[in-house]
Amino acid sequence: MVAATVGSNIIPILPELFNRRQKKRQSSACPELWALLDQVVDPEIPVISLWDLGVLQDIIKEDQQINVVITPTYSGCPAMFEMERDIVQTLSAAGYPSVAVETQLSPAWSTEMISAEGRQQLFDYGIAPPSVAKIIICPQCSSKNTQLLSQFGSTACKALYKCNDCLEPFDYFKCL
Amino acid sequence: MMNDKQPLINYVIALGDDSMILGQRLSEWCYHGPFLEEDLAITNVALDFIGRAQMFYEYASKLEEGARSADDIAFLRDTRDYRNLLIVELPVGDFAFTMARQLIVDLFNQLYLGQLAKSADPTLAAIAVKALKETDYHLRRSHDWVLRLGDGTDESHQRIQQGFDQLWGYVSELFVMTADESQLLAEKISVDRSALRDDWDTQLNSLLNEATLLRPDTDWQLSGGREGLHTEHHGHLLAEMQFIQRAYPGLKW
Repeated sequence: MVAATVGSNIIPILPELFNRRQKKRQSSACPELWALLDQVVDPEIPVISLWDLGVLQDIIKEDQQINVVITPTYSGCPAMFEMERDIVQTLSAAGYPSVAVETQLSPAWSTEMISAEGRQQLFDYGIAPPSVAKIIICPQCSSKNTQLLSQFGSTACKALYKCNDCLEPFDYFKCL
Repeated sequence: MMNDKQPLINYVIALGDDSMILGQRLSEWCYHGPFLEEDLAITNVALDFIGRAQMFYEYASKLEEGARSADDIAFLRDTRDYRNLLIVELPVGDFAFTMARQLIVDLFNQLYLGQLAKSADPTLAAIAVKALKETDYHLRRSHDWVLRLGDGTDESHQRIQQGFDQLWGYVSELFVMTADESQLLAEKISVDRSALRDDWDTQLNSLLNEATLLRPDTDWQLSGGREGLHTEHHGHLLAEMQFIQRAYPGLKW
C-alpha cells in the first residue's frame, strides 16, 4: 500500500492568507524572534507551532519592547490564554522581558492560514488536516473510506470521524 | 456615566448579552447530552457563544476606556442591567426545545451577522466575520437535529413541535429595533433587524416543511429583554453564573 501524504494529489498553491503572513515574516526586521517563537506550540496539539497553525501574525520590535500579534482560532478557544502565556515565557527566557501580546480579529483566522508543514504535522499526529475535498483520509491507515460521526469533536476546531477500513475513530480539523 | 459613545456601548453590550446568556444556557447540557458526541458538540457550541460574548464585552470595555473590564460586565451586573432577548434566557427544557431554540437563533444569527459584517464599525465587522463562520456550523447542526426529530418518531415529532409552539411568542422580539440601534443604523454601524424578517420567515417555513412540522399559530408575543425586563428565570441563571464572583469579589482563575 502506498502511504498517502496530505498533499500528494494537490497542486501546491499557497492560499492568499498564508502568503500574506509569510511575506510579513520574510520581510521582518527581527527574524530571530520568529525563529524563537517556532518553539511555541498549540497546547492541545503539541506538534504544531503557532506559526504553522496560523495563529502568529506579526512580531514588532521597538527598542526593548516586543509586540506579538496573534489571531484566535475559535472565539471561545481556551487554549488562547495558554498560548499568550507561552509566548511571553519563551521570549522572557530568551532575554526579552518586555513583551505584549495583542489579539487581532481581522482578517479572521482561517484554516487556510495553516502552513503545508503544519498540515503534514497534523496528519502525522493522527489528526486529518482540513480539506475542501469531500474525501477525508484516515491518518491511521490512509484509507479514503471514512465517515463523519459528529461535526464537533474533542475541541471546537475538530470533527469526529471513523475509518470504515481500520475501524479507528479519528479527529478531523474542520475547515473554517 | 453618559458620553457620546453610550448608544454604541449599549448596543455592543446587548449583543454580548445575547451570546453570554445563550452560552450559559447551553453549557447546562454539559454531562447531560443524549450521547457522548452530542454532549461534546453542544458544549463546543456553548463555548463559541461565550467566546463571542467575550469579544463584545472586551470591545465595550475598550469603548468605556477600561471603566469596567469584560469580566465586570459579565459578572457584576444584575438582571435589570442585562439587555439580552428573552428567547435566550428561557430554561433549556428538553433536548427538542433546546434544538428548536437553536434553529430559530442560528437562522437569525446567520442573517444578522451577514449584515453586521458590513458595519461601518471595523471591530463589530471583524467580530461578525469571525462569528459568522462558527454560526454556519451551528446552523448545519441545529438544522440536522430539527429534521431528525421532526421527521423521526411520534414522540420526537411531538416534542420538537411543542418546542416551536412554546418558543413562538418570543420570536418577534428578535426583529424589534431599540432606539440605540435605530440611531446607529443611520451611521451604518448597526443592522436593521426588522428588515431580516421576510428572509427569516421564508427560510424557517421551508425548514419546518422539510421536517414535517407546522408553523406555530400563536398570537401572543413577549418583549422587554432590551429594557431589562426579564422572565423570572433570568435571576436564577445569573445566581449560578455569578456566584463565585459575588461570593469572592475579584477572585481570579
